[in-house]
Amino acid sequence: MCLALPALVTELLPDDSAKVNLGGVAKTVSLALVSDVKPGDYVIVHVGYALSVIDPEEAARTLELFREMGELAEDVPA
Amino acid sequence: MKYIDEFRDGEVAQSIAQAIKAEADPGSTYHIMEFCGGHTHAISRYGLEDLLPANVRMIHGPGCPVCVLPVGRIDAAIWLAKQPGVTLVTYGDMLRVPGSKRLSLLKAKAEGADVRMVYSTLDAIKLAQANPDRQVVFFAIGFETTTPPTAVAIKQAQALDLKNFSVFCNHVLTPSAITQILDSPEVRELGTVKLDAFIGPAHVSTIIGSRPYEYFAEEYQRPVVIAGFEPLDVMQAVRMLVRQINDGRFEVENEFARAVTRDGNEKAKSLVADMFELRRAFEWRGLGLVPYSALRLKEPYAAWDAERRWDVPQDSPPDNKACECGAILRGVKKPTDCKLFGTVCTPENPMGSCMVSAEGACAAHWTYGRFRDLETSHA
Ligand code: SF4
Repeated sequence: MCLALPALVTELLPDDSAKVNLGGVAKTVSLALVSDVKPGDYVIVHVGYALSVIDPEEAARTLELFREMGELAEDVPA
Repeated sequence: MKYIDEFRDGEVAQSIAQAIKAEADPGSTYHIMEFCGGHTHAISRYGLEDLLPANVRMIHGPGCPVCVLPVGRIDAAIWLAKQPGVTLVTYGDMLRVPGSKRLSLLKAKAEGADVRMVYSTLDAIKLAQANPDRQVVFFAIGFETTTPPTAVAIKQAQALDLKNFSVFCNHVLTPSAITQILDSPEVRELGTVKLDAFIGPAHVSTIIGSRPYEYFAEEYQRPVVIAGFEPLDVMQAVRMLVRQINDGRFEVENEFARAVTRDGNEKAKSLVADMFELRRAFEWRGLGLVPYSALRLKEPYAAWDAERRWDVPQDSPPDNKACECGAILRGVKKPTDCKLFGTVCTPENPMGSCMVSAEGACAAHWTYGRFRDLETSHA
């Protein structure tokens, strides 16, 4: 019930809504709860609403952290 | 898919697991509760427990809104659905949850009540517009993630001057539930459940931010890491928590910075603050009456409050005696401790709420975890 997925905003529609691509499936979602969304953004969609916009820099930073850790782990005897 | 696949990489998961193994002190134990059912689901689905060293244990928390709604509120929804002229609409998961006497909304529907499933609150509004001769009642449940969508629907109903739409409000608040767990005798006095740290909610925190957890990290001296729902997010959160425990720190850290900020979603928060107020107490399955843990509509929105339109029964019948959902939701028992698990109770024929939603501890273990039990018992 709380599962929500990142979706790519493809088109802004009237009435505060947008067309998104959710893993290949096109859906219309409400943008009533977020501000300044533009096509190309990724939003977290839950029960038909975008709840937040994904920050690409923070996402890259988190992935970078994983990678560093992978290198670290290789140095540690298991 | 972007922002999904990269966070599911199996090799990276292994290397995070190794890092955890290297950092966890073999002489200590680490008991980490994941509050959210979304994390429970990820842990079962990706077998994350198998990747963790034996002294790092995950404890499933109460964070599934379907699971924590007490039987009395389900009975009340069924009662509403049976009122003349009422069409009751709700999210799909709610339809199969057994109330008392094993009646569910789905069975009430089979018996002639007008019960419909919606994907979004906006569909509920559309249904009310299309059926002006029916009273459409939205059975609203969920944590801070589903409350703003309910608020948007009420705003719309107001703008459209819809007289045949109302909300049966069951929205509950995460921080008060976590506090209740930490105050529970099992954790506090009996010490039967050791809780060293929490993985904080992902999507709930997109709305409320990480700030509300700062109070209890400080007050209860437990570290919290807000984490996303993908497997690498959960593994990384475990590692961050092991580090905090080792260092004797109790801070709120944010692993899910790609979607969560300290203050959350101001637009959604102000909408909710404008429309809802705290209930003095609300019953949670497994946790009992939790003070200031749920919301109801404020007076100016009374016209959209189903509990003011109808004299909705406020009973609290006990749970099915054999069902251990209550203890599971408090982290005291595991699904396999329940005699009914996998025999009488399965997702097709759930006896309790934990078996209904995919994020319930029993359903998650039934779907992904039980083959592991077989392997371990044969080994
Ligand atoms: S297995 Fe079924 S009856 Fe047992 S605790 Fe889980 S939901 Fe309740």
